[in-house]
Amino acid sequence: MFDRFTAELLQLMLDSFWETVLMVGISGLLGTLIGLPLGVYLRLTDAGGVLENRWANRLVGTVVNAVRSTPFIILLVAVIPLTRLLTGSSIGTAAAVVPLTLAAAPFAARLIEASLREVDGGLIEAAQAMGASTRQIVFKVLLPEALPGIVAGITITLVSLTGYSAMAGAIGGGGLGDLGIRYGYQRFLPEVMAVVVLVLIVFVQALQSIGDWLVRRLAHR
Amino acid sequence: MIDLEGIYQTYPGPQGPVEALRGIDLRIAAGEVFGIIGRSGAGKSSLVRTINLLNRPVRGSVKVAGRDLLALNDAELREARRDIGMIFQHFNLLSSRTVFDNVALPLELAGWDARRIRERVSPLLELVGLAAFSERFPSQLSGGQKQRVGIARALASQPKVLLSDEATSALDPETTRSILGLLRDINRELGLTIVLITHQMQVIKQVADRVAVIDAGRIIESGPVLQVFSQPQQALTRSLIEDVVPQALPEAVRERVRAQLAADPDHSARLLRLVFAGAEGERPILSEAVRRFDLDLSIVHGQVDEVHGEPFGSLSVLARGPAGRVAEAVAHWRLAGLQVEELSHV
Repeated sequence: MFDRFTAELLQLMLDSFWETVLMVGISGLLGTLIGLPLGVYLRLTDAGGVLENRWANRLVGTVVNAVRSTPFIILLVAVIPLTRLLTGSSIGTAAAVVPLTLAAAPFAARLIEASLREVDGGLIEAAQAMGASTRQIVFKVLLPEALPGIVAGITITLVSLTGYSAMAGAIGGGGLGDLGIRYGYQRFLPEVMAVVVLVLIVFVQALQSIGDWLVRRLAHR
Repeated sequence: MIDLEGIYQTYPGPQGPVEALRGIDLRIAAGEVFGIIGRSGAGKSSLVRTINLLNRPVRGSVKVAGRDLLALNDAELREARRDIGMIFQHFNLLSSRTVFDNVALPLELAGWDARRIRERVSPLLELVGLAAFSERFPSQLSGGQKQRVGIARALASQPKVLLSDEATSALDPETTRSILGLLRDINRELGLTIVLITHQMQVIKQVADRVAVIDAGRIIESGPVLQVFSQPQQALTRSLIEDVVPQALPEAVRERVRAQLAADPDHSARLLRLVFAGAEGERPILSEAVRRFDLDLSIVHGQVDEVHGEPFGSLSVLARGPAGRVAEAVAHWRLAGLQVEELSHV
């Protein structure tokens, strides 16, 4: 059965794997960069937060929820005008990064918000009593204390993005998932699909292990 | 040093605003250890948080070290808070920072450079006895050690005032004693003004110079500790002091006394409670009365202790003697400055 894995196909799998890594890596990075300030803002403006502001919190919260509720396959096509504006094309790996980032940001924001919520309010009170400004509370207390939780949240985001990236094939984004569908399903090569799934399992497992290891290193509880 | 006037504070509750503080006036002198005691929900926490404006009063004035805190803008208030250290019941240390870095935090916030921070933090760790623990994380410390880190951190910015919010409530009695001893030393050596809130009279007894009793958002009684202990005016104060100085006889003692009184043929015996504080505690009050009034005294219950090096105690005695002499002895004791209470309700 291995005769089906020609050098050509192996090269294709290697390219697809690289595309998956690119899509997940770049959109994970960009999504975190957008999600982090969003998560911090949601935490600060929530009831009892340092910058408590019910309306601002509700507004941002609603937008975040709206994006999270949109099925990814719909988001993928709905943002095509934006994608074209940003990358100059509506198809390809680079184009897929735009909707993936948009999906990752609110997801990461909520996870980061939740881990910031785990930071004991007493620590914020202590910092205030020391004369800390809001900025200092965020950078000296909230983020360092929540760091293990934030890293765990980013790990979950990356794993979810790996799943989403399989749908990027719909706009020609490539990647392993797309390869599995086109060769494994549409061209009746179940072995290819099996190998693709196997590679993805190992990939996700590796992501999770690295994330867990980092969390253990960072936590001093 | 601290001057609170007409403080009212409310917080939103499920059925409209709840009044946490209802007209608090408080003056605390420089260098004094001032205790605020009350049951949970009495307003202690709100009151101590008013002093550094973690809670803003709706009415009243807050002056610390001559500065009117309510008149300051945000930046000025942050600056003023560096003069007011605070320690907490649950320590509130950053788990992501080492002992050293926790103590350094207030200095980092104030923009100190690393060299000056090191010069300041090391002697502080020495002071609280944790020099060997500077690279540990809080999770590797005991409760008492954590509170020592909290104290070092609170002292880092060389404050004039230290606020203690139930700082020993989560600690065992022995650790509590050592932490309170440390606070007392700091008060003496650095001349720091300390305000501590607690629900334990034991804490007040060990370190406070003056005490205020707070109930339902009002101060119901205040004064020097020895005075409040020996002459409590309010029922709540009495019941709080009960922890330290028994105010009522235990049931077993009562039973025994009842039997003795019943066996007394001419009903001349009286059960008396003598409370003495300060200088009169050093006089031979009992033997004096025995000689002068020809009394038989049996001690049924009591406690002698000291508050700030002054003797302080309460003795319940069964006094028997010729007609009228017990009453004369009571008058004599009262004249000598003792509190005498007749416990006829046994």
